[in-house]
This record gives sequence, C-alpha cells and structure tokens, in this order.
Amino acid sequence: MTEELHQVTLSVNGVAHEVTVPARRLLSDALRHDLGLTGTHVGCEHGVCGACTVLLDGRPTRACLMFAVTAQGAAITTVEGLAEPDGSLGPVQQAFAECHGLQCGFCTPGFLTTITAGLRDNPTPTHEEAREMVSGNLCRCTGYQNIVKAVERAAELGRTAKDAS
Amino acid sequence: MKPAPFRYHRPATPAEAWETLAADPGAKVLAGGQSLVPLLSMRLASPPALVDINAVAGLDAIEIRDDGVHVGALVRHADLLASPEAGKVQPLLARALVHVAHPTIRNRGTSVGSLVHADSAAELPAVLALLGGSVVAGSVRGTRTVPAEQLFVGPLESSLRPDELALGAVFPALPEGAGVAFGEVARRHGDYALCGVAALVHGDTVKASYLSVSDVPTVVDLTGVPEEELGDVALQHLDPVGDIHATADYRAQLVRVLTKKVVRQARLDRLDDREAR
Repeated sequence: MTEELHQVTLSVNGVAHEVTVPARRLLSDALRHDLGLTGTHVGCEHGVCGACTVLLDGRPTRACLMFAVTAQGAAITTVEGLAEPDGSLGPVQQAFAECHGLQCGFCTPGFLTTITAGLRDNPTPTHEEAREMVSGNLCRCTGYQNIVKAVERAAELGRTAKDAS
Repeated sequence: MKPAPFRYHRPATPAEAWETLAADPGAKVLAGGQSLVPLLSMRLASPPALVDINAVAGLDAIEIRDDGVHVGALVRHADLLASPEAGKVQPLLARALVHVAHPTIRNRGTSVGSLVHADSAAELPAVLALLGGSVVAGSVRGTRTVPAEQLFVGPLESSLRPDELALGAVFPALPEGAGVAFGEVARRHGDYALCGVAALVHGDTVKASYLSVSDVPTVVDLTGVPEEELGDVALQHLDPVGDIHATADYRAQLVRVLTKKVVRQARLDRLDDREAR
C-alpha cells in the first residue's frame, strides 16, 4: 500500500511553503526534514521536554504533538523567526547570550520561543512568574538558574527597547 | 517514535464529521491531540483513520447560559482558563485548569477532549463528575446529552460510541452560597497528580471528587462527616494503587491530607462568597 500524501501550505516565519506529506508527518519533522528548518529541536517526541516548542498563531505549542496537516492555515514561528530583521539577535536570544542561559544548546530553541510569547503576554514578570514561564521546558545542563536570569534580562531589554522607540 | 499510517479526514461541519466517523469505522477524533498524538507516536494506539475536527466551524465557543458554562469541543484549556465569565459562573474551572499540564500543553489541548479521553488522572473529568455536568455527543443518529455519571465507564473509557463526536460540555453554574476548591500533589509541577481532590460545599452538603486514586473519576458524599474522618470515609470509596511514582499507602495518605484541606478551602470559599455579597 502506498501511503496517501497531502498537499499542505505551512506558513512559517511569514513565508508560505508548499509541502507534500503523509498525514502522520509530525509538524516537528515537517519543519526539519521537509523545510530544512533544523532550529526546532526534537528531544522526547512525546510532549514532555519542550525542545520542539514553536509558536502557533503566537502561542507556544509542541511541534511534536501536532501533525503538519493540522497546521494548515496557522501562522508558525520557529526559532529562526526570532532574530531581528537585520539578522542580529532578538532580545530573548541576546539575554541568553549575556546570562549564559545555555550550555549544550539543545533545549534552547524551545526556551526562546516559549519566553518570547511569555514576555509578550507578561512584559514584567516577577521572579516566580519567570520560573513558571519556563516550567514546561527541560534543560539538562544549566540547572535553570541562568535561564530564569535570562527571562528577567530579556524583560529588561524589552523595556529598554520600548523606551528608546 | 513515529505514528503508524492512517487515513486523514478534515471535515468542515459537525455533520460531515459524524458522517465520516460512521463511514470509516475505527476512526478516532483528533482535536488538541495532546494525549492522542503521544499514544500514536508510541504506537500504543494505531487507528486506521483520524477525523481532524480543528477545521469544524462553530465548536470553539464558550457560552454562559442559565444552567452553566457551555464549552465547545475546540475550546482550548488556555481559553477556558482565561475566560473571566466562565470563572465567575463556575470558579472551580479555573482552580482546576491551572493544574492541567503546562501552559504550552493547555494552549493546544481541549477541555472537552480531556473529558472524553476519560483519564481518571486528569483534572476536568473529576470536575465534571463533581458538578454533575454533561457532554453533548452527535452522530448520524442525532445528538444526545450524556450526564457525567454515565460518561466515565472505565480507565480511559467513556460511554461515547465509536461513531459519536463530542460537540461540547456543560459545567453547571455554582449555586448561590456554595463553595468550591481544588488541590493536588504532583512530583513535579505540571506532572500528572499523585492524588487530586475537588470539593463542593452547598448548604449542609459536602462532596469531594478524586483523581489518580480510582479507575474512574469518583465522587464521594461527605455530608455530615466530622473533619478528622473525612479522608478515611472517602478512602472506603477509592482504590489508590502503587506505581513508580508513589506507593498505595502514600496515595492514601494524600487522600486524607488533601480531603481535609480542600474541603476546608471549599467551606471558606462559601464564607468568602457570603461576605462579598
């Protein structure tokens, strides 16, 4: 039996991509294998680790818990879409670099997308809220302290950018 | 860790969805997929077809009616949690929803999907059972209302028929002068609870509903039970079992501690309500 294929338009980081995939293609695999956007990392593949988190219509969502065919019509943002238009680091990325919020970097894309949406919804998180923001993402290197610092630093950078504009 | 092949249907209307379910026996409904997709990926389930209802129109509304909060099948946990109207009409919803997994899962997972997945370790089935709510199901035979006490029939087993689509759920409004509370203990924030309790106090009536300590969401009538005996009376109706996360004894101890604490919170909630008026 040859598997039925589906034509899907995936809108990723503002660009529409046509892909032809079987229905069982996970969104995480479609992003990585079909579109070559390997910034989205795949860790546990069952929704626990958070490495594959992308923004689906602006909301953090596990790409490994969705099929690409279901994402038809949604606006997807991956870690590749978080840099500034000139290619420089976005505020959350900048904060991770400054605060040493990563070591091996495998979990980082999921943290960056989650925190980007988290700070959009709550630009001035308390320390507790910053911890809560990243509670659904696993990191095996850092011990999280510097990641929480990076959330708070990114909030600061966001405020500075707002004041400047 | 890849799902087995399946036929994929993407209906646009409820009628089209249940016609597809009838025409493709064995098909499962895909809504949020936060429980279904891991089951498929681990090949614990491999249905021949999925009916993806994410494009079905008219299932994403939260409506407040006289009898309570009506939640459509495509309402995500995060939307229900963020609804101030729903929180006002039935405060137990938000108090339980904050314990449902992590925010990222709540962004995609649906409240009605959680009900018909019928996991006795999940929060919302226990809430629906406690409140005496219901699920509305549609099929080629028409629509019917399934009360909570008839919905949960076994572990991960609801009484919906294979060709039925859950269209929505009704969480009854909190009666005036009643109080509610929710509490649970989990190994890690966002994990499945080792034990969870929802409580409702209305007049002299005291009821508690349990998760993770029985095969199906279990409601226990604790009316007239002295505070010190609440947990032990509840345990007569529950069956905590041991696993790698906790021993049966530890879960039983959590039933005692949480029942006392959550029932007390529900009583206070009732008093707060009275003072607010």
